[in-house]
Amino acid sequence: MSNDVFERADEVLGLFRRGAEFTRELLEENKVLRQRLARVESHQQDAAQDNGEWDKLRSQLLERIQGLECEHQDAIERVAVLEDENMQFAGRYLEIEEENNALANLYVASFQLHSTLDLSEVFRIVIEIVINLIGAEVFAVYALDEKSGVFEPVASEGVKLSNVPTVQLGQGLIGGSVTERETAFADPGSQTDLSRPLVSIPLCVDDRAIGAIAIFKLLTQKKEFSPLDHELFTLLAGHAATAIFAAQLYSQSERKLNTIQGFIDLLTK
Amino acid sequence: MERRNRILIVEDSPTMRQLLIFALKRLRNTDIIEAQDGMDGLRKVTADDYDLVLVDINMPVMDGLKLISLIRGEERLEEMPIVVITTEGANEDRARALALGANEYLTKPIQANKVLQVARGLLKIESRST
Repeated sequence: MSNDVFERADEVLGLFRRGAEFTRELLEENKVLRQRLARVESHQQDAAQDNGEWDKLRSQLLERIQGLECEHQDAIERVAVLEDENMQFAGRYLEIEEENNALANLYVASFQLHSTLDLSEVFRIVIEIVINLIGAEVFAVYALDEKSGVFEPVASEGVKLSNVPTVQLGQGLIGGSVTERETAFADPGSQTDLSRPLVSIPLCVDDRAIGAIAIFKLLTQKKEFSPLDHELFTLLAGHAATAIFAAQLYSQSERKLNTIQGFIDLLTK
Repeated sequence: MERRNRILIVEDSPTMRQLLIFALKRLRNTDIIEAQDGMDGLRKVTADDYDLVLVDINMPVMDGLKLISLIRGEERLEEMPIVVITTEGANEDRARALALGANEYLTKPIQANKVLQVARGLLKIESRST
């Protein structure tokens, strides 16, 4: 019990000691600050009394203000430069995103087109590209009969194949675009007209025309062709043509091989 | 170890699937799984956990709208984000898909960056971290 009392007393004394120490420190600091204040007041008083000293102080302050204003101006100019750079980067980023998007579309389209030698599969891929990547609702793929110079519809979307009219080489937008070897465009009419496509993409392997793709109507949400669509038209003109041509050659060679094999089997039996 | 996001693409067109995979590959820590029609999609979505499902509407076997209604009928899948990617651009198609429970509705032809933006939003991924 008595030990407890002594311990408590020691604690209280310790607190007093720390309080006294703290008060002494505060008084010391107070003294220093008062001295500093006195020095500043005397300096100001001297400056106020002495014109030369006042001018010196004034010019020092003005110099400092000018320096700070220069720094401020410099900072504003640097911020403007950075904002300008930032805008340029943002613009470039958007351009790169668009290019990336275009490259992805072109890559996927060409990859798919050359992924098979089955003719019906090639036509299916062409249809998928025209629907999904270009955004067409009604269109047809034509194959050119070189002997008669007639384009026969071989695949279609949004319209029955039997309703798609044949086209003569050199005639109309389709025939003309193949003769010229260039994608041709027409002003969109108010209604879908199967004899008047919006765009005709010639399908050519080197100088040899093999067919065309005619788009008659775009999807509701697709209002106009974008720069990417023009790239896709160029890709389709070359790559779809090559894929169709390769698949046709492959199926012909398969048929010939089967015939020859049949003859050989007949002779060797 | 950081958790990987799983995205299911339900689309019958291989060209479209490849394009979507190409776009979504830019998301880090993401696995992309393909389903070629609504039925295949339903099998996969009920067998595993996914953080996002992209669905086409016009598909053989089972269409996208039917798939969305079946997904939303499962208690476990009520909150799973669904994005419709379709050629159907009419407002009534959009309203129907959203009413069935789709979170976003994108029309074809799609922009890869738009798909990415929507996926990032639904997966709550900051664009800088991808």
